[in-house]
Amino acid sequence: MSLLSIRAAGRITPPRPRGRTRGRARGEALWAFVFIAPTGLGLAVFTIWPAIQTFSFSFTKWGAFGGHTWIGMDNYATVLTDPQFGRALLNTVTFTGLVLLGIPISIVVATLLNRRGLRGVTVYRTLFYLPVVSLPAAVALVWGMLYNGDFGLINWVLGQAGIEGRSWLSDPDTVIVAIGVVAIWGSVGYNLILFLAAMQSISPEYYEAAALDGAGRVRQFFSITLPLVTPTTFFVTVITVISSLQLFDLVYLMVARTNPALDSARSVVYLFYQRGFMEGNGGYASALAFVLLAIIATFTVVQFRLQRRWVHYA
Amino acid sequence: MARPGRTGLVATHAVLIAGAALMVLPFAWEVLTALKTLSESLAAPPRVFPAAAQWGNFAAVFDAVPFGAQFRNTVIMTLLRTAGQVFLSAAAGFAFARLEFPFKRAIFAVFLSMLMIPPQLFILSQYQVIQSLGLLDTVIALALPGMFGAFGVFLTRQYFLQVPDELMDAARLDGANVPQIFFRVMLPLTRNGLVALGILAAIWAWNDLLWPLVVNSTPDKLSLSAGLAFMQGQFTTNYPMLMAGATLASLPMIVLFVVFQKRMIEGIAAGGIKG
Repeated sequence: MSLLSIRAAGRITPPRPRGRTRGRARGEALWAFVFIAPTGLGLAVFTIWPAIQTFSFSFTKWGAFGGHTWIGMDNYATVLTDPQFGRALLNTVTFTGLVLLGIPISIVVATLLNRRGLRGVTVYRTLFYLPVVSLPAAVALVWGMLYNGDFGLINWVLGQAGIEGRSWLSDPDTVIVAIGVVAIWGSVGYNLILFLAAMQSISPEYYEAAALDGAGRVRQFFSITLPLVTPTTFFVTVITVISSLQLFDLVYLMVARTNPALDSARSVVYLFYQRGFMEGNGGYASALAFVLLAIIATFTVVQFRLQRRWVHYA
Repeated sequence: MARPGRTGLVATHAVLIAGAALMVLPFAWEVLTALKTLSESLAAPPRVFPAAAQWGNFAAVFDAVPFGAQFRNTVIMTLLRTAGQVFLSAAAGFAFARLEFPFKRAIFAVFLSMLMIPPQLFILSQYQVIQSLGLLDTVIALALPGMFGAFGVFLTRQYFLQVPDELMDAARLDGANVPQIFFRVMLPLTRNGLVALGILAAIWAWNDLLWPLVVNSTPDKLSLSAGLAFMQGQFTTNYPMLMAGATLASLPMIVLFVVFQKRMIEGIAAGGIKG
């Protein structure tokens, strides 16, 4: 669901003036707990408790009749030595790398939309955003049809250009790229809005000064626009990595269980679903959940560490 | 930027139109296919337009799967989750922003830590919670975990912090109690932000796949996204019917987006929320 808003994180409540009567303070505290209780209880039951329980599951073996036996770190060892996990991680990381290619595309489109005097920006923005709000299940069905090896539109178009197509989604060499293309298609509109907002907040004076110095449009893009949007680039990169590492929907919907290319498309969360719900191996799935959490955390921390090398904060 | 020449603008439009066409083409093909006969949809070379629009494909979806029930389930799930994400989160966000109480920072830190965790990783245990509540395979199960979100609390807290202190003090002087301040002062003043949050919450709920897939299994208890997945398993290459179902299932959020797009895009640009 939601991804954290890194930009706004870390703002702290300003100190508030004290000196109220004790009765009112107590009444206020009571109301505060009443107001927090629904979400607080909901999160306790559906997030905190499941996190704790999943953690404890990860040290158990699940019997056929619901019994759990403590087996220590065995599940973690099994996950980390499981070739299927290795393959799933490779697929997921490959996919993440592909989706990141959508970021330069988004920057270019945002730059075009940011041209002074351009009309129809709202219309373009809306059209680019449509894939973002579309039901992923529906998107997957449509692209599955477009990719079809026998009567898909893509192969027909390629055929017109003299290129022989293939069954993109059942070919181990192309399946993850095919899924990555759909993800890029679905993410450009969202990234675009963030980049456009960042570009619109750049003072025109920079460009005027650069133009006076004889800098052309391309030079201006590389020397002004690109450095000044790096905070947005960083933000978009972080959330793209976090959400791409959790790939599930597109694989589940575009690659059938009988598809020979499933091994080349299976993502980590797909493996989690398969082990936990299709194969009833809850211990393995729980350990896998924490391994994935560690991987996501590592990728995120590394990006935060590296940001000072390339992100320019005004 | 420097004033662009006329040819520059034309070239920019050309690139943008090509890009926009790539974005829209799959949707166009979806709708066109939904109106074809089965043999037209499988024709090689592909036919762009059907000889006669087969509107019956849309009705066929309702006969083939319990589409009406799935539609209703998805609407209920979306409304409940949106209401929870907006009003329950806003109540908590208001308390964190504007009320004083013991352990406030510690409790807020717990909420904040939940922002970082992808909730779908704990789905196995969430499933067991729903099971122990006796709610498996119900519409309430679809909605429940998604009604509570640390994200909404965090976002609405930001909104409420921006309301000037004077307004709250004035209401206090007028003798307003805490709920009155929340409902009569705070909610109206932050309406725009709450609407943006609500639209996003609606889209997240509508599009969710993994949870509905896990928690419900009877066809007439599924959400549309899970229902489409099942439908695909059943009618693998009956493209006209699949596309009719896909079109009907994605239309409500597309309409919602087009109607509220200005407000939503401003909300995303300001908060970096994923749509």
